Amino acid sequence: MSDSTYGLGRTELHDLYHALCLTRAAEERLELLQKQGHVTGGLYRSLGQEAGAVGAAYALRRRNDGSGDMLCHTIRAAGALFLFGGELIDFFRQYMAKGTSPTRGREANVHWFDFEKGFVGPVSPLGTMIEIMAGMTLSFRLKDEERIGIVFYGDGASSTGAWHEGLNFAAVQRCPMILMVENNQWAFSTPTSKNTRVSSFTDKGPGYGIGAESVDGTDVLAVFDAVRRAAALVRSGEGTRMVELKYFRRKGHAQHDPQDYVDPEVIRMREKKDPVDLYRARLLDNDWASEEELVAIEHETFEVCRVAAEAAIAEPYPDGLDAVTDVYTDLTTPHPWTRGDSPDPTLA
Amino acid sequence: MDRETPEHLLKTKRGEPVTMLEAISEALFEEMTRDDSVFLMGEDIGVYGGAFKVTRDFLAHFGENRVIDTPIAEGGFTGAAAGAAHMGLRPVVEIQFMDFISPAYDVITNYIATSNYRGAGPMPLVIRGPVGGGNRGGPFHSQNVEMAFFHTPGLKIVYPSTAKDAKGLLKASIRDDNPVIFEEHKGLYRAPALREVLPDEDYIVPLGQARTVREGTDLTIVTYGAMVHKSVDAAETLESEDGVSVEIIDLRTLLPLDEDAIVQSVKKTNKLLVVHEDTRTGGIAGEIAIRVSEKAFEWLDGPILRVTAIDAPVPYSGSLEDYFLPQTDDVVKAARYLAAY
Repeated sequence: MSDSTYGLGRTELHDLYHALCLTRAAEERLELLQKQGHVTGGLYRSLGQEAGAVGAAYALRRRNDGSGDMLCHTIRAAGALFLFGGELIDFFRQYMAKGTSPTRGREANVHWFDFEKGFVGPVSPLGTMIEIMAGMTLSFRLKDEERIGIVFYGDGASSTGAWHEGLNFAAVQRCPMILMVENNQWAFSTPTSKNTRVSSFTDKGPGYGIGAESVDGTDVLAVFDAVRRAAALVRSGEGTRMVELKYFRRKGHAQHDPQDYVDPEVIRMREKKDPVDLYRARLLDNDWASEEELVAIEHETFEVCRVAAEAAIAEPYPDGLDAVTDVYTDLTTPHPWTRGDSPDPTLA
Repeated sequence: MDRETPEHLLKTKRGEPVTMLEAISEALFEEMTRDDSVFLMGEDIGVYGGAFKVTRDFLAHFGENRVIDTPIAEGGFTGAAAGAAHMGLRPVVEIQFMDFISPAYDVITNYIATSNYRGAGPMPLVIRGPVGGGNRGGPFHSQNVEMAFFHTPGLKIVYPSTAKDAKGLLKASIRDDNPVIFEEHKGLYRAPALREVLPDEDYIVPLGQARTVREGTDLTIVTYGAMVHKSVDAAETLESEDGVSVEIIDLRTLLPLDEDAIVQSVKKTNKLLVVHEDTRTGGIAGEIAIRVSEKAFEWLDGPILRVTAIDAPVPYSGSLEDYFLPQTDDVVKAARYLAAY
């Protein structure tokens, strides 16, 4: 196979490998942190899906001043979050519910925001984020900005009413956004066949009058190419588009899910389609990177995760009193009188 | 915009009285003129000017980027409004009838209300629309929706009873950095008795402040919306027929609740009647009663009572709807009972 680099130079090809390794190393570090008792909430792996988030995010305009493209990632798209400037230590702080986390411990895992860097944390019913991104990108069109948005969600979210309402609104309003459906074939324990009758989510595109394309989500360069082309069309005024990432969720919905509803043989087969291994082999086969360069990236990403996680471990949890702040921008939420000094509710 | 203001939006300028609906239109128009980041979305608000004509002629004046006719998808456009608010705009969405807000319940309660707390920053967004019964609208065009949202921290809920308040409260809502649900009683929209001359100046009515409609000494009625007017009618009857002096508090904002105003009045009159058009169980009377119990139990000289709609869907037929809704006579009877207690 004579592989195309899709116009990417050696440094950029290495960037992609770095982002893939970073995603995997960060999630493997999380597993360790969970075993150590530092992660108390759910833990969700993207094993086998890393190339979808990385390839897509790399195709977009990433800025630090609020002028770039806007990302809405998911729990299984941490690679995109990192490429958009989400700090590794913040990722660990969020999972560990630290008071130093971007949400000061109010929210978990990848649910955080940075409008300057250009990412918006999801709400857990993911279909709703189609509506939110429709409005963000509507504002780009209204303000005549050359920005676009990309919103990740799963095959399961495609069944919600919010998905439909958000997409239909975006299509009608020609909102410059790309819907990235992460078709990993499972919505928790529900197979895609129980979420939809269509064999490919791209079949849904024409129903909304938008263009859609399906791509092998384990091939980071194919994803990059598909999203770059989609982004060019969206940016040029075509309006909303959809890209389907096809791959397979090789872990359970979360660590607490033993995945016993999936034939273990299928999972073993899918290990051969590991996006990191595939891309690594390709880099070597095409002489885009040397073994030494790749090992250096692997060591470096392992090490930055270790250092960031250890730093985050040492940081404090939030003071419980902080639970009452910021419910509103301008109002104070009272503390319960039983938590204060007043012996009498009439005086509190 | 150098286009001229449509004639029908110049009544206050000319010193003429306006209806509550006209006051709301003026508020929207003036805020859109004052601040380019304010824009409107909703069903049939552009070409048609809104089901109740609140935004008549707005499309021609402001253009289709600021007056957006949406698909019939309250969740979709309310969610989109939230996204636009993230990006620095100040959307005002119209729910054609507030009964139809339910598809947006997910995005309002899970996403919009929690935004600031989750670190996503301010959410300057107003969701407004007509509510209330008495218009033979049946189960799907007559509901009050405040209590579906009252339990959600992060939201503000506003429910005006007069033209002057409607304008000032809507302006304050649009300028607020928090999401506001703004309920407009359709029975008050064009009520001739509510026509009044408004101040020809840029004024707001601050959110969270109740208004004493009428001072009294024997008992307090806490109410809001259309029931303010029925309560005033009842108070006049009680005054003339029974010599009972009734104080009336119009909440104006339901969330945050002006607890001080309620408690102060109860401490003065020692008796409390809550009147609301919304249905009984889980209505705001329950919350008000517990707050008074916490803060003014020793001052009470009688039970806290309530007059509300009955616990049923809003029926269509006039005889049924009139029975369903709280009427002035109900308020008179309850207040009479309480005064004599």
